Amino acid sequence: MEAGFAGRDMGGDRVVTTTATQSALESVPALLARNAIENANLTAYREKEFGIWQSWTWKQVKAEVDALAMGFLALGMAPGDHVAIIGRNRPALYWSMVAAQSVGAVPVALYQDAAADEMAYVLDHCGARFAICGDQEQVDKVIEVQEEVSGIEQILYLDKRGMRKYDHARMNWLMDVQAEGLAARSRFEAELKTRRAALNYDSTCVMLYTSGTTGKPKGVVLSNRNILETAKASCQFDTLTRKDEILAYLPMAWVGDFIFSMGQAYWAGFCVNCPENETTMAADLREIGPTYFFAPPRVFETMLTQVMIRMEDASAAKKRMFDKYMAHARKVGGLILDGKPVSAGDRLKYRMGEMLVYGPLKNTLGLSNIRVAYTAGEAIGPEIFDFYRSLGINLKQLYGQTEASVFITQQPDGEVRSDTVGVPSPGVEVKIAESGEVFYRSPGVFVEYYKNPESTASTKDAEGWVATGDAGFFEPDTGHLRIIDRAKDVGKMADGRMFAPKYVENKLKFYPNILEAVVFGNGRDRCVAFINIDLNAVGNWAERNNIAYSSYQELAGHPRVLATIQEHVEAVNASVAEDPMLSGCQIHRFLVLHKELDADDGEMTRTRKVRRNIVAEKFADLIEGLYGGADSVYTETEVSYEDGRKGVLKATVELRDAKVVAPDGQRMAAE
Amino acid sequence: MLDQSAEGYVTADGRQIGPVVLELKNITLRFGGVEAIKNISFDIREGEIRAIIGPNGAGKSSMMNVISGFYVPQEGEIIYKGYKRAKMPPYQVARTGIARTFQNIALFEGMSVLDNIMTGRMNLMKSGFLKQALWWGPAAREEDEHREKVEKVIDFLEIQHIRKTPVARLPYGLKKRVELARALAAEPQILLLDEPMAGMNVEEKEDMSRFILDVNDEFGTTIVLIEHDMGVVMDLSDRVVVMDYGKKIGDGTPDEVRNNQDVIDAYLGVSHDE
Repeated sequence: MEAGFAGRDMGGDRVVTTTATQSALESVPALLARNAIENANLTAYREKEFGIWQSWTWKQVKAEVDALAMGFLALGMAPGDHVAIIGRNRPALYWSMVAAQSVGAVPVALYQDAAADEMAYVLDHCGARFAICGDQEQVDKVIEVQEEVSGIEQILYLDKRGMRKYDHARMNWLMDVQAEGLAARSRFEAELKTRRAALNYDSTCVMLYTSGTTGKPKGVVLSNRNILETAKASCQFDTLTRKDEILAYLPMAWVGDFIFSMGQAYWAGFCVNCPENETTMAADLREIGPTYFFAPPRVFETMLTQVMIRMEDASAAKKRMFDKYMAHARKVGGLILDGKPVSAGDRLKYRMGEMLVYGPLKNTLGLSNIRVAYTAGEAIGPEIFDFYRSLGINLKQLYGQTEASVFITQQPDGEVRSDTVGVPSPGVEVKIAESGEVFYRSPGVFVEYYKNPESTASTKDAEGWVATGDAGFFEPDTGHLRIIDRAKDVGKMADGRMFAPKYVENKLKFYPNILEAVVFGNGRDRCVAFINIDLNAVGNWAERNNIAYSSYQELAGHPRVLATIQEHVEAVNASVAEDPMLSGCQIHRFLVLHKELDADDGEMTRTRKVRRNIVAEKFADLIEGLYGGADSVYTETEVSYEDGRKGVLKATVELRDAKVVAPDGQRMAAE
Repeated sequence: MLDQSAEGYVTADGRQIGPVVLELKNITLRFGGVEAIKNISFDIREGEIRAIIGPNGAGKSSMMNVISGFYVPQEGEIIYKGYKRAKMPPYQVARTGIARTFQNIALFEGMSVLDNIMTGRMNLMKSGFLKQALWWGPAAREEDEHREKVEKVIDFLEIQHIRKTPVARLPYGLKKRVELARALAAEPQILLLDEPMAGMNVEEKEDMSRFILDVNDEFGTTIVLIEHDMGVVMDLSDRVVVMDYGKKIGDGTPDEVRNNQDVIDAYLGVSHDE
């Protein structure tokens, strides 16, 4: 394969982007071929293994992918085959995706923490012939469901550990496949070339399953056009170049990771760093110091909580210095980042702070080199958002969906706020329907839901407009989009006032003590809420206040915890009451749930979004108690343990009243 | 009864067990007038997971110390790899390929996990104290080689995230795992584990059991195990020696031992004159 490039200069930083090569860049393998020439000796991938960062240049990656692809040909992988990829972010799994694309197959990434039966649905639905697993754990799950899923013919695995005794009749070590591919080069090289040449803008790039807060997951088919056009536009938006570095740690099954670690990485030619394992993420982040970073709000929240917990334990002098300079940063940090005028004295003080507090703090968090950071998926608390921005970290928000190849709107530099999601991304048209639902149209719009024409038709109309399912509006002054809630979750209360649960839940979740909140009230005369406390934050508080507890359940039922949560709920009520349109959503009664909402119990999606209906159904007795006026309710809940066993959790949950604020003047009906 | 020919046998889960690697013949160990071990004989086969169980004070740990060379029995002989083992200090026994962990964790608390595991390779280092201190020439190269081996162990036991954490800051379950890592770093043929699960919760026990099986499976290490948790012992081990008051009262597969009347009596506490 390198023969074709023999004699060409493999120099590092040459810019060769003629129109001739551009027009042929219609697939990820084509981008890889380009990078292997233009960025031949630049680092494409790094992975920490055995305590050392191992790295691969683009040229080496091309060789690895080619060998893998020929190995896949040797196994009989045919165009249109679906190839399931299950595992944590590792270079070889990314290469497997590109290798599968190279032979015309379609990679389908699965959530590695999915239980076997969830996996069975996806494997069966896409009819995968091949499953590429990260390790023994994933192999075991695939074997477990292999009976019901008839399609799987070959299981490949990456980590050899524990695999020696398995029946290898239809199983292979990925590296063996690669070695066989290399050995059989003379037989398959021509075929590989033909298969690659057949790829174009309309061939399928990847299929990703939406997490689905309701119903079964749907397979979103994304074409090369979707991915590459989106990657191109978004790279330009934030001027991402080959010099950027990212840490690939988010699930490979999530469209965001595919865009950042594949689409944008291959388009811009930047380096993808894979952490050593899930638990070393923080240390690896610090060692790599990425320039471009994406994290859901939860990650930023956790980091901030960690910082605050550790500052509580710091010496008084350090704590004073931290508090003083953080107060200053809150005042001017954001303004300096946005390029707004700030007095010379304040600038000087900020610079001092950078030296004493912000710099070392950013270094500890691994965020020193960040040029662009994004958060999305959920609303982020304004305080958390401002904390990072005040440190000089360019944290922005974006709004996106799997169906859009991520980007719908994003915030340009200098126009960043915590309560909007920004302006339409380049190439994306956005319109708001009369119902308030947000629609968009872009080159990134998905081809179809796999084997599901009804859903495709109900989501995407003939002109290519896609319904997001979210209700929102454009701010008249700034042109920024604001999202209120899921359109289907926005309802009416018994007296006709608007019910927007997410709006209230987000306000609740901005308190570090509250991990999750679920608000009910559709069709009722008042709202009630379930609260999940954050075991980290509340546990730390309990430790400092000498409150002994042995389990989540016990801490969640502690009277002082309930009192604190009550204060939060009442503060939220006061804030909700300020908005006349939504004042009906104040919480009259609440309880702190005796268990954490968990994806294993089906209460959340794998991306940790609450499944409202399932929660309502499962805890119907508690909801009735809240509306019925009881002081406490005894309940039994079935829980699944990590190893798949089931158990029953028994608890008596205390229900509490919260003060509500009477809205000023006339109530406004939401029409 | 297992078919125990000289060449070995095949376990229920299909593992090939080799010939006898260590044989204890008529071992008697006395502390003054107290006989801790009374005329005990048993053997350990290559690739086997061999458990020693018994009530408190039965002499299990003493037996472990005899194998590791810490105690020298007054009577009896130890045949290791076909030769009678001469009287030798424990560090020399370690050099012959026997490593151990301790009932009470015996790590260097102030040192990092990595350094602790590195000490497991002390016996394999060729350069002397001075060369290592100067970290010069071959000594530096040698350290790289040893570090590589240690990193493989770290990867194997999934403790990458605590590589540089001082041991004192680790929870108990992880300390136990670090101790196993240090023993493994010595690349032993026989690994002696003295109550590896003591004081662990169910999840930690499951993890540790998995690691023990993996060590046995991946490296073919022979494992001798003392453990109180009967569930763990019966699940993990191929053959079990049962001791009571310094005597051997049972020896065989978990099933045989479970149905042995003497063993049942010892555990249920039947009075001895019955």
